[in-house]
Amino acid sequence: MFEVLGIPSQALFGQLLIGLINGSFYALLSLGLAVIFGMLNIINFSHGAQYMLGAFTAFFLLQYGGLGYWWALVLAPVLVGTLGIVIERLFLRWLYQLDHLYGLLLTFGLALIIEGTFRNFFGSSGLPYSVPSELTGGRDLGFMFLPNYRAWVVLFSLAVCLTTWFIIERTKLGSYLRAATENPALVRAFGINVPRMITLTYGFGVALAALAGVMAAPIYNVSPQMGANLIIVVFAVVVIGGMGSIMGAIVTGFGLGVIEGLTKVFFPEASNTVIFIIMAVVLLIRPAGLFGRRA
Amino acid sequence: MKRILAVAALAALLMAASAQAQTKVKIGVLSDMSSLYSDIGGAGSVAAAKLAIADFTAGNKDVQVDLVSADHQNKPDVGSSIANQWFDVDNVDLIVDTPNSGVALAVSEIARHKNKLFVVSGAAASDLTGPKCNANTIHWTYDTWMLANGTGKALVKTGGDTWFFLTSDYAFGHALERDTAAAVEASGGKVLGKVRHPLNTNDFSSFLLQAQSSKAKIIGLANAGGDTINAIKQGAEFGITKSGQKFAGLLVFASDVVALGLPTAQGLTLTETWYWDANDSNRAWTKRWQVERPGKFPTMVQAGVYSGVTHYLKAAAALKSVADGKATVAKMKEMPTDDALFGKGTIRADGRKIHDAYLYEVKTPAESKHPGDIYTLRATIPAAEAFRPLKEGSCPLVSG
Amino acid sequence: MQRAAKSLAPSATRSRSEAIAFIIMLVALIITPLLTYPVFLMKALCFALFACAFNLLVGYVGLLSFGHALFFGWAGYACAHLAKVGTISLPYLTFMPRLSWQWLVIQLPSLFQHPEFAILGATIFATALGLIVGTLAIRRQGIYFSMITLALAQMMYFFAVQAPFTHGEDGIQAVPRGKLFGLFDLAEQRNMYITVLLIFLGCFLLIRRIINSPFGEVLKAIRENETRAISLGYKTDRYKLLAFVLSATFAGIAGATKALVFQLASLTDVDWPMSGEVILMTLVGGLGTLFGPVAGAFFMVTLENYLTTMGQWVFVVQGVIFVVCVMLFRHGFIGEIARLLRVKL
Repeated sequence: MFEVLGIPSQALFGQLLIGLINGSFYALLSLGLAVIFGMLNIINFSHGAQYMLGAFTAFFLLQYGGLGYWWALVLAPVLVGTLGIVIERLFLRWLYQLDHLYGLLLTFGLALIIEGTFRNFFGSSGLPYSVPSELTGGRDLGFMFLPNYRAWVVLFSLAVCLTTWFIIERTKLGSYLRAATENPALVRAFGINVPRMITLTYGFGVALAALAGVMAAPIYNVSPQMGANLIIVVFAVVVIGGMGSIMGAIVTGFGLGVIEGLTKVFFPEASNTVIFIIMAVVLLIRPAGLFGRRA
Repeated sequence: MKRILAVAALAALLMAASAQAQTKVKIGVLSDMSSLYSDIGGAGSVAAAKLAIADFTAGNKDVQVDLVSADHQNKPDVGSSIANQWFDVDNVDLIVDTPNSGVALAVSEIARHKNKLFVVSGAAASDLTGPKCNANTIHWTYDTWMLANGTGKALVKTGGDTWFFLTSDYAFGHALERDTAAAVEASGGKVLGKVRHPLNTNDFSSFLLQAQSSKAKIIGLANAGGDTINAIKQGAEFGITKSGQKFAGLLVFASDVVALGLPTAQGLTLTETWYWDANDSNRAWTKRWQVERPGKFPTMVQAGVYSGVTHYLKAAAALKSVADGKATVAKMKEMPTDDALFGKGTIRADGRKIHDAYLYEVKTPAESKHPGDIYTLRATIPAAEAFRPLKEGSCPLVSG
Repeated sequence: MQRAAKSLAPSATRSRSEAIAFIIMLVALIITPLLTYPVFLMKALCFALFACAFNLLVGYVGLLSFGHALFFGWAGYACAHLAKVGTISLPYLTFMPRLSWQWLVIQLPSLFQHPEFAILGATIFATALGLIVGTLAIRRQGIYFSMITLALAQMMYFFAVQAPFTHGEDGIQAVPRGKLFGLFDLAEQRNMYITVLLIFLGCFLLIRRIINSPFGEVLKAIRENETRAISLGYKTDRYKLLAFVLSATFAGIAGATKALVFQLASLTDVDWPMSGEVILMTLVGGLGTLFGPVAGAFFMVTLENYLTTMGQWVFVVQGVIFVVCVMLFRHGFIGEIARLLRVKL
């Protein structure tokens, strides 16, 4: 047991672990954003609202369908992802030839609609959703009590992130996707259905957001604002990581979670703003972001 | 025949007299209809006001009351716009409710400026009867001093004498923490430590960890709304209550407890001034209230709206005119209060309504026998002790 | 950014259509306070100026800032603080006894305790903020620029929540309007309205002058094709930065004036939904048109007035308007009129 700047090492390791857990949410969400942006060149402002939809779908599945957490983990991303596909077909596909900012404004408007509607029906107190019985309790690691559920969150999101990275960077499907964003006409000439790939990619990104929402439901307050508070931080994470890079989003997500966790120990009042400060610093030194490919 | 004519003439005379003597009153319920405090005040406050008006006009035909309502969205500028418009253009005489201290402070100032009336039921800031008091504002239901002292003192007396604070890092949180810490130490308790978290924090794990390692018996939550709910939820996850520590909610309402659910919130202690299931009178009123708000249970804020509007209407009937806000407030302070919900009470010179406060503990799921059965009474704090002494408020109306 | 309506008429006609529109606007703004609640009109004028400032950046340079509420709201705080307390506070970091912020407070002499100095001080503050934020944000283009402005604005929002002088959720309240130049008591609604109207008209004409100057032409060139502008020898970064700072300055004037009108400065004005609102106003009115932001601002303020009884549906309505405008109505209200009549507005 030693002390670092007045904080006992026990507490320090505890906070590091917690930071890692938070980082997994940042990583999952920025991964979704990075996939959508990297492949489609769209900024999905409704990502936060879709995260919230995932959590609410889990709640509805439990409340009205009797389907528990494990069902929700599979069904919610599928349902919300389908909604994403509908959005893409109805709205986004008409905006590709325009300036990218229209896509941003559209998704911003959609976010307002989704969040406003839910706020009207569900107020702001939030809804109860409990940790699945298989994952309750925890183990005493000596320096902290680690709830089993939190351990599951880290491991599962790590698995999802790495699988996604693998699919996009190392498989044939992923190479088609990457080629399609660089030169859609040429890829189409090869007989690949580019619009469908784009639609499915958007749906996949949205599904990732919803998955993060389901995982958040047992531990964070399930309320209509849950996404709005989080999404701006995730934007900062993505700017720091560099938006073209999948691995960048993952690494930055986990890394910033840890840094934020440490800030909560040493300088808790600033834990809200530390990520933005880092963003400002990174912009001054390396405008393309830490892992970014395009300037 | 003659007798019938005489009675008819008398009745006509009386009706003519009362028609001329009709006092017109317009009341505006300014509340949060859509966000953070919509369950605490909101549409439920409007329902409570309607009940108050119906109950009063049933026995007093010479008062005619109009009711309007609006949503201040928890924003001081929206609230002050509405208040200005209501007072200037729409002839509203009384504004009631306003959960959210920022809005309440703004409206209080506007009411003073335009010599109208403001009865605050929803907001907590004890400054409303302190340095910012004025002759046009009455503070009903509760305030931060009462919460801090009620919970702090009562808990120390029942054995919770070591405290650790989880504080929202802004003016309100600091004030709540400061007042409660003072009350705890004055009763012989000790504050072992505190940690400040940013407003609207999602994840409390690191703060809870620090609270746990302090080994304090009570973890005081000097925050509100979503932050309190998140902290309690995650506290349950980290097994805080299992290891013997207890949460004290310094600003928690019945609606928050229902949102958390009893399994998560059990054991939480808090102070309120009214609980729907406390006695038969409250239960009967709640049944009537639930006609407009099915499935929900009234909070103390909404009960305060009923009580405040009732007393206002009594004063209005006595004065026959509400054009002068100050005079109406003076009348309200002069008359003792009495209604079905809060019983007998008084309003002090600084505008503070006085009544008993109650320390409640949230029941375990096993103890709860019907929906809405969430509290066990732990202690009653008599009215004389529950609120800040008149001399200590530095209200200009008192010391001046 | 979508190309603004190309004028098919020679420049004489262009000025004439603008002049006609200006006179209509002027007459309307003089008559309506006699018919409606002046506070409502003053609110609309402040937002109209805010939208015009925002339009300078997005409509003519093509940079979509998602954090403009930063300048609007913080100028409001600065003005409210100067008008009410009359001190300037500078923050500095100390390490003793632990890492924390401290404030150095300078009391202003009573000569400066006037509303015009409050507005001036707030404007200078907004300009300084614009310089700092602009320097950081200009380093990236397009969407990155937007995200950076959003993130920086959010950071300043958190700062506003915690800084003691802003009083957090309560905001700075009971701000005295004071006497303009020591002569005109602004507590009287009529005087306040005239002041706000003059400020708005002055800034409006100034913005128009900027747009129709050689500087403005370069900005439009940068929007159309930045690479070509660079190849022609223009230091585009400097032009963009200057435009950003100007936009921030005018937004600051709007925020400061609003703080005096409502006698209140609160967190609402620095929060990101406010940034979203000004984007919506400009979009609805017409990006890249002169009168579009004004029309959009009046429309949105009126709409919100009628929707106060509808609670959170306000957000839904705003979202629907966003979607409809982006999908179908890209040129905005004034933009579509301008295209129909083939004039420049």
